[in-house]
Amino acid sequence: MEEQLGCEQETTPLPGLLGTVASAGRAVGNQLSIIGSNWFGRIGLFGLGLFLVLALLAAVLAPYPPYKETYRPDGEVAFLEPPSLAHPFGTTLMGQDILSQVIWGTRRTLVIALTAAFGAAFVGTNVGLIAGYYGGKTDTILMRLTDIAYGIPFIPFAMVGIMILGRGDMVLVIVIASILWRTTSRVVRSQVLTLRERPFVAAAKSMGASSTRILYRHIAPNVIPLSFLYTLIIAGDAVLTEASLSFLGLGNPKTISWGQILFYAFSSQRMRQAWWWGLFPGLAIVALVLSAFFLGRSYEEIINPRLRAF
Amino acid sequence: MELRIFIVKRLLLMLLTFFILVTLVFVLFRVMPGNPAALVISPALEPEAQAALMHQFGLDQPLHVQYWLYIKSLLRGNLGHSFHYRQPVSQVLGPKLLNTLVLIGPATLFALIAGLFMGGLTAARRAGKLDSAATVVTLTIKSLPTFWTSMLALVAFAYVLKWVPSAGMRTPGYVADNVFDKFFNLDFLHHLALPLIILTLHFVAEPLLTMRNSMLETQGEDFIDMARAKGIGERRVVYNHWVRNALLPVVSIVPMMVGHIMGGEVLLEIVFSWPGLGREIVNAVNALDYPVAQASFLMLAVVVVGLNFLADAAYAWLDPRVRLE
Repeated sequence: MEEQLGCEQETTPLPGLLGTVASAGRAVGNQLSIIGSNWFGRIGLFGLGLFLVLALLAAVLAPYPPYKETYRPDGEVAFLEPPSLAHPFGTTLMGQDILSQVIWGTRRTLVIALTAAFGAAFVGTNVGLIAGYYGGKTDTILMRLTDIAYGIPFIPFAMVGIMILGRGDMVLVIVIASILWRTTSRVVRSQVLTLRERPFVAAAKSMGASSTRILYRHIAPNVIPLSFLYTLIIAGDAVLTEASLSFLGLGNPKTISWGQILFYAFSSQRMRQAWWWGLFPGLAIVALVLSAFFLGRSYEEIINPRLRAF
Repeated sequence: MELRIFIVKRLLLMLLTFFILVTLVFVLFRVMPGNPAALVISPALEPEAQAALMHQFGLDQPLHVQYWLYIKSLLRGNLGHSFHYRQPVSQVLGPKLLNTLVLIGPATLFALIAGLFMGGLTAARRAGKLDSAATVVTLTIKSLPTFWTSMLALVAFAYVLKWVPSAGMRTPGYVADNVFDKFFNLDFLHHLALPLIILTLHFVAEPLLTMRNSMLETQGEDFIDMARAKGIGERRVVYNHWVRNALLPVVSIVPMMVGHIMGGEVLLEIVFSWPGLGREIVNAVNALDYPVAQASFLMLAVVVVGLNFLADAAYAWLDPRVRLE
């Protein structure tokens, strides 16, 4: 109970939208600082930090240009080279350096996954807030919509979406976010159902605060920790989805991504000899997704202390 | 609420969901940039032939008339005509649906049973030290892309160790005598083994963790103390009172599980060249075969929504409290 009461402290009032954004930002900052307090969180932060650095400094860190063929000392094209000092992750059938491809792929994976996750969490949080607060018909309609989103087979839906909208980064973000909002909306709604009965909401109401103000100024800050948790989990799922779709050859053909490297590795039918081609990009996916899930888990322990008991 | 009324209500909700999905597909394929008529008429045809077909399919009609035609033909089981196969879609996809179900069904069942057992066992043993290890293992399993583990397993078990065949559902040239023989012969099971094992291992984590948490939450309940106080044997306390009540949350996650398994299975089909619906959608997307893509998507949605309904009904039957909501 105590930590929940702690969340309710009114922050220094700032006018309107700016105030909401500021208090939301402060809340996320607070949450981030406590994530590091257990080892799940520390590993997660370390992993995510590492990939962020790789993404930002790709141009400096990648030893070769990702698409360019590389050469052996004797001047031959270095195709299907096993891992060595010159090529720690080996090379592709075209003689491209896989480590460089993985480093360059980090940037796209992060951008797509984080954009999709924030988009999904934004939509889901709002749906949950509105459904939980207004109740009645609004609630029924929004929750039936959520049920329907749960009935949609995700990957096939994404494939059909890509077939219709074409291939590209934005399309990936849209198809991922348009399904994954469903988780956040359910959990946020159930949280709002209890929050709206609390005294501070009655107090705000008695002072004449409008519904919108109560919803976004008083209730929303209390659900932000929860929707932040789901952003982390969705980010992990989004990385997996992006990789899966790219593996099917449905990603953005113009740029490089981990799933796409695996697509080439698999469709070249050289996996039998070139195990490194399929191994390392996959390990990168697992490491990034696991970092996001670990962060989520450490965070979950903080907002749900019962987990610590077990 | 009576069980029957609850089930009828859920049934109506399921039909509503189908209806909305069908409408969604209609809208999606008509907001498509370019020529929406490409949905049923191959753009490769002569312009005159296209116009004639447009008229035949009612595509020169206003949208609401088209919508009505679309619903009517769906209800008759008419899913359109594939551009690629030059056959009615239902004929193309019927056998593929069966191939997909043959993988999804057993995988769901095995994952559930294994998850329940292992979840119950780890909770009953209360292996405290295993706890964070269990969390790490389940999170790791969740973060493995199914297509990647399939690729690695294929290389290891089919290419290097040669324990299992590398692709497809049966050895080329094999002709089954009847439907039963098609799925119940050693050659088929030999092909099925690796994809099925991988799928099961991927999705065992969810029911395992749920069962475990639910067992731990139930252990302190009064009715368990009560059962013990009555002096009935410990076995009966565990199985008839503890496990039975802990099962409920596991039933409630089955729909979600089916959705996840479906997503993983679709990718697995690509890696193992399994001739099911997932491979069919990918081929259809690449060949721009709109009728096939649309129908495969609808079929998979019917499977997920239908199983959701069954799980809901089972839940209401097991736990009368749900019906009051």
